[in-house]
Amino acid sequence: MSEARGFLASHFDDVAQQHEASSLGMWAFLVTEIMLFGGMFLGYAVYRGNFSEAFSAASDRLDIVLGTVNTAVLIASSLTVAMAVHAASRGRQRALLFFLVLTLLLGMIFLGIKFTEYYHKYEEGLIPGARFRYEGSDPGRAAIFFSFYFAMTGVHALHMIIGLGVFLALAWAARKDRYSAAYYTPVELAGLYWHFVDVIWIFLFPLFYLLGRHS
Amino acid sequence: MISVKTYVLVFFVLIGLTLATTAIAFVDLGGVLNVVVALTIAVAKASLVAVFFMHLLHSSRLTWLFAGAGVFWLGILLILTISDYLSRGWVSGFEMTLR
Repeated sequence: MSEARGFLASHFDDVAQQHEASSLGMWAFLVTEIMLFGGMFLGYAVYRGNFSEAFSAASDRLDIVLGTVNTAVLIASSLTVAMAVHAASRGRQRALLFFLVLTLLLGMIFLGIKFTEYYHKYEEGLIPGARFRYEGSDPGRAAIFFSFYFAMTGVHALHMIIGLGVFLALAWAARKDRYSAAYYTPVELAGLYWHFVDVIWIFLFPLFYLLGRHS
Repeated sequence: MISVKTYVLVFFVLIGLTLATTAIAFVDLGGVLNVVVALTIAVAKASLVAVFFMHLLHSSRLTWLFAGAGVFWLGILLILTISDYLSRGWVSGFEMTLR
């Protein structure tokens, strides 16, 4: 246990208890995040229930290929995060750094594709507001669909940007050998956050890109 | 401790489910069933991520309780509100719908 002295806070009995407390704290934070996104999912569900035809028609304007590719990219980044946590728990420093950098790259690819999509929507005049141009039958309700789309994928993208900052800090610390098999709690907690953001996208993808596509 | 092999297997299952849900979206199952299938696949994918990638499999019961509490309160939020909107107009004299 002498190795643990540097990071074991005095109010914990041992490293396992400290790790458990940190992990629970992260889960408590993620529950508040569920409620944050939950409110938006609820709003979407209510409007979709009332305006299902307009929402289906508007949903066809999203790029299903880019959406599917982005889902795969994010799932791949979740795998690299799981591998990073695994490497950290075994004290494999180089593997940890490798998977952290790979995660950063995949996260940036996701955001790159996302902002490409946003730019296409801007060019097509599908951003709700004064310049909103929609040729479909029900532009008012389509504007509500796109408002939900930009708000929810936007808040998700913000979480991705914060996640990239966290993983950059982790990679920096990993490069300086701050983590070991005995202490890798920050890697584990950042991993929980990243997987949670992945789970949010797993629901955003079918709700915005797929529903009402069957034609 | 979950093995690397398990992580890779879960990854391929998640990719498979993603391709399946995209493919099924092009088949008309009659509106409501499309929604049910898409959300069922999404819940399955989210569960795989939570149980394996987020280590719930080997986590304490207290951690399960925290995760379960999040899902439970989300359920209250969704079910009570949606049952309100769905049941509007069932009682005459209180006809309110979203416009």
